Amino acid sequence: MKHYIDTGKKDTRSGFGEGLLQAARKDERIVALAADLTSSVKMGSFAREFPGRFFQSGIAEANMIGAAAGLAAAGKIPFCGSFAEFITGRVYDQIRMMVGYARSNVKLASSHAGITLGEDGATHQTMEDVALMRAIPGMTVVVPCDYNQTLQATLAIAEYEGPVYLRYGRPAMPNFTDPDRKFEIGKIYEMNPGTDVTLLACGHMVWEALQAAEILEAEGISAEVLDVATVKPLDTDTIVRSARKTGAFVIAEEHNMAGGLGEAVSAALALNCPCPVEFINGGDNFGQSGSPVQLLHHYGLDAEHIAAAAGRVVMRKL
Amino acid sequence: MATTEELTRVASQVRRDILRMVTSAACGHPGGSLSSTDILTALFFSVMDHNPDTWKPTAEGQDAFLLSAGHLAPVLYSVLARRGYFPVAELATLRRLGSRLQGHPSSAEGLPGIILPSGSLGQGISAAAGIALAKRLSGDSHRVYVLCGDGECEEGQTWEAGMFAAHHGLDRLVAMTDLNGLQIDGSTESVTALGDLSGKWMAFGWDVIEADGHDFESILDAFGFAQKENGKPKMILFHTVMGKGVDFMENDNKWHGSAPKPEQCELALSQLEETLGDY
Repeated sequence: MKHYIDTGKKDTRSGFGEGLLQAARKDERIVALAADLTSSVKMGSFAREFPGRFFQSGIAEANMIGAAAGLAAAGKIPFCGSFAEFITGRVYDQIRMMVGYARSNVKLASSHAGITLGEDGATHQTMEDVALMRAIPGMTVVVPCDYNQTLQATLAIAEYEGPVYLRYGRPAMPNFTDPDRKFEIGKIYEMNPGTDVTLLACGHMVWEALQAAEILEAEGISAEVLDVATVKPLDTDTIVRSARKTGAFVIAEEHNMAGGLGEAVSAALALNCPCPVEFINGGDNFGQSGSPVQLLHHYGLDAEHIAAAAGRVVMRKL
Repeated sequence: MATTEELTRVASQVRRDILRMVTSAACGHPGGSLSSTDILTALFFSVMDHNPDTWKPTAEGQDAFLLSAGHLAPVLYSVLARRGYFPVAELATLRRLGSRLQGHPSSAEGLPGIILPSGSLGQGISAAAGIALAKRLSGDSHRVYVLCGDGECEEGQTWEAGMFAAHHGLDRLVAMTDLNGLQIDGSTESVTALGDLSGKWMAFGWDVIEADGHDFESILDAFGFAQKENGKPKMILFHTVMGKGVDFMENDNKWHGSAPKPEQCELALSQLEETLGDY
């Protein structure tokens, strides 16, 4: 199998920050709005280099979404940044009408997503945001897996015309994808070819899936690893091709079961190529305080649990 | 600039349009549409620097208008059609399947004059502030107008937007509130008292102008004052009467969101001169 090397841990949010800066240097229509979390969501460099194109909304996310819709209506390309919970759940109705229904060219930059937000605890750890954004007609949902991919995804969504939800995280995590690979919206990336089981993941779980594939290789199980960097629209063709080959799936995400990647992929499989599936996700729970790595292990969002699930799902094929 | 006599004639026809549209649809919101008719007639026929023939959804190079209180769609549709944004015959399609005249304004169907959707309340001033920021960035000195309802000011986002617009010095943003004093559950005083709206907006750093929303001289004076470029956004508080122009609808909140029966509509139309020809 292909072996991936962690070239040094980096946070995906910094990939967004660097991507935003590079995109903004190329396109002066790009503006940014923040709600008192400018440096946390990595908009600080943009704000310093382009002070005239940066707008502080204060702790007023609803207003930030409305102002972004206005900027977009008048031809700008606004990026709104906040924590994942506060840029989805808190402002769902504003996004639904002013971004989704209006088909506004607004980019929702969603940082600190999932359980790996860590010590701040469940009030801030959203495991429901992908469900909310998937539910909005026409919304593109992008969940990159590492710093390099987040940077490239940011460049790609800046050029894409339409509403996008870009979900990334807080902690420094392994950085392992090709830094020069241009991001294609709507494409599933095959990270490793395999024949016995498909490990399909997004976000921080892609690295865990790759580690699981190595564990499985040692056990004589050949695991295909797919990186679903775009959760919506879903690359159904790649999913079906893989299902025909392996006939068993493990779907891993740092998100709860309801409305997440697992349900999206299961629907695609049910319609096109039904096969046994195991899920690695947050279930139906709120999180709690802890370090990001502690929390991933506590809730079973890691390579060991993915490998164990793969073992179970392979047995179900028989 | 239209004379007040001309504006009065347009407003009479707009009120007829509103009643006929809502009656034909058998649902909709006539009360607030009638209370804000004179405001929007003055705005679109006398105040705004705009051109329906060259209008684009970006409102580039023109004044922009947003209807924050989206349920006032009937008055907006009539004013837009009468001003030449789309054929008046299309007013007959309000709320019908496949119509560009959705129950609440939608930008998805490409209806000329509509920049963004509205209907979920409290969001218009934020969006207007965004357009004003974009115009300033692009060196476009045109203004952005946005109309809110008074009950709508109970939405907290209104006040987020109030702080935001003042903080960014958006003096070409002109917001208007249709103070007809009524909302679905009763008077604004009884539902959740708005208190001293004028004092509130001033405390938020806005210039506030109060006017009689049914007196064209007063309306035009208020808009004249709102042109001042002094670093402050403008709020015009228009004192109005729900259901204005139809005696049995005035000051009765049951007309916020219910349509007249055909015979009631006939009675109402008998009180309003057909000045420009019914659609």
